[in-house]
Amino acid sequence: MPKVTYIAHTGKATTVEVPNKHSVMEGAVKNGIDGIVAECGGACMCATCHVYVDPAWLDKLEAVEEEQEEMLSVTAAERKPNSRLSCQIIMRPEYDGLVVLMPDRQT
Amino acid sequence: MATGPLVTSVVVVGGGQAGLEAAAALRTQGYEGPVTLIGDEARGPYQRPPLSKDYLSGKTDAESLPLRANIFYENNQIKLITGERVTAIHRAEHQVEYASGKRIPYDKLILATGARNRILPVPGAEHVLYLRTWEETDRIRARMAEAPNAAVIGGGFIGLEVAAALRAQGKAVTVIEAGNRLMARAVSPALSEFFLQLHQRHGVEVRLQSAVAAVERDAVILSDGTRIASGLTVAGIGVIPNQELAAAAGLVVGNGIIVDERLRASDPDIYAIGDCAEHPNCFASGIPERRVRLESVQNAVDQAKCVARGILGDPSPYTDVPWFWTDQFGVRFQMAGLAAGYDQAVVRGKIENAKFSVFYFRGGALMAVDSVNKFADHIAARKVLAAHSGLTPEQAADETVELKKLV
Repeated sequence: MPKVTYIAHTGKATTVEVPNKHSVMEGAVKNGIDGIVAECGGACMCATCHVYVDPAWLDKLEAVEEEQEEMLSVTAAERKPNSRLSCQIIMRPEYDGLVVLMPDRQT
Repeated sequence: MATGPLVTSVVVVGGGQAGLEAAAALRTQGYEGPVTLIGDEARGPYQRPPLSKDYLSGKTDAESLPLRANIFYENNQIKLITGERVTAIHRAEHQVEYASGKRIPYDKLILATGARNRILPVPGAEHVLYLRTWEETDRIRARMAEAPNAAVIGGGFIGLEVAAALRAQGKAVTVIEAGNRLMARAVSPALSEFFLQLHQRHGVEVRLQSAVAAVERDAVILSDGTRIASGLTVAGIGVIPNQELAAAAGLVVGNGIIVDERLRASDPDIYAIGDCAEHPNCFASGIPERRVRLESVQNAVDQAKCVARGILGDPSPYTDVPWFWTDQFGVRFQMAGLAAGYDQAVVRGKIENAKFSVFYFRGGALMAVDSVNKFADHIAARKVLAAHSGLTPEQAADETVELKKLV
């Protein structure tokens, strides 16, 4: 099963297995990792699962669609070029080892 | 925050999202005593919103539904008990009792007993399916496989979501609604009309002002005699709060278990949260005594957090902005605030472009905002409502006014 490392804004890193086809958001929430809120549970309705993707991984991810772009424009923490909604990063085998940084706030 | 010396154990009755979030919030906020979460369904806590949307249409698989992985309960020392119904609360002894007669003690009790479907009282009621639980949804999915057509009774959120999901599966779908417009309890006439057209455009037959006289295995009979072929009949006609357990224990109930602004029931050691709780809500300015019972993820999650804070000694009341969403045929509809009792509705954006918001006012004060495919409006609206910052109807209608700058 592919692994994802979540780094809190404090620097604390947690690595968990996230099944293929599950989102990076689900991997955090289901394991109780603080830093991703996901108020809507992954319906792309809340923008509280904002993460900064490790730049080394950025090119491997799919491009941000218009819908996500609009949501990223109103995230609580600063929007950066590597900002993504983690509910929209769906795990696949080649994402094994993905690293994401969680902002200091989601709301 | 340190655990107060008097609270040595917390029992949560109800294994839905409110119950789970309460148990989780207690741990997040630093409570270290025993937490027991008791649910009467066979499965542990899972997400309900996808049931009538992506799970029904097959876009989401079963593995995505649980709210937490099994390891979460272990890691957080939350004792999860499934398939057990609590049948009595012994307030004097501070104990709850299971159907088996076994009792367990509590210092603080959180009731998150949810609600149940209102049942359609017509001949042939046994042919009607409902959608609230995972199990019920699987029953609909099984029937769906062989039904070429379907009828949905009730043109509210659940009914319309089910209609959209069934339509996406290629079924011929008829929606039967007793009132003269869709989602009438929750949205303004302009939005009812927008959703009516949306469903019609996608081939759903919508019958307004239609009463059901009887249901057969493969048809719904209307009171005017019309027969609607339906290999699958689903009703979504509202819910009834599960308050009998509380009432039997002598707690005050109304349209739900009655709680104060800190979500305490009429016993200082018992709280009620989520779908089962009738609470004072500072955003319900158009409702008598501002008392409401809300059925939403937001309300479940934020009330859970409020109660966890309260148990740990923080007396701050429940003041979170209500919000809600529905998703039908790819249209994202989000509501912030509570519009009941509005006297003015202002549209921002173009309804014909399917990208707009409706702002609701009462006496010139903003109460609620409904947004269709306007996510930024929705988020800004939540902030404006939370800040009580006094947006005017003129500002709302003017798209050159940046909402997020008004917070």
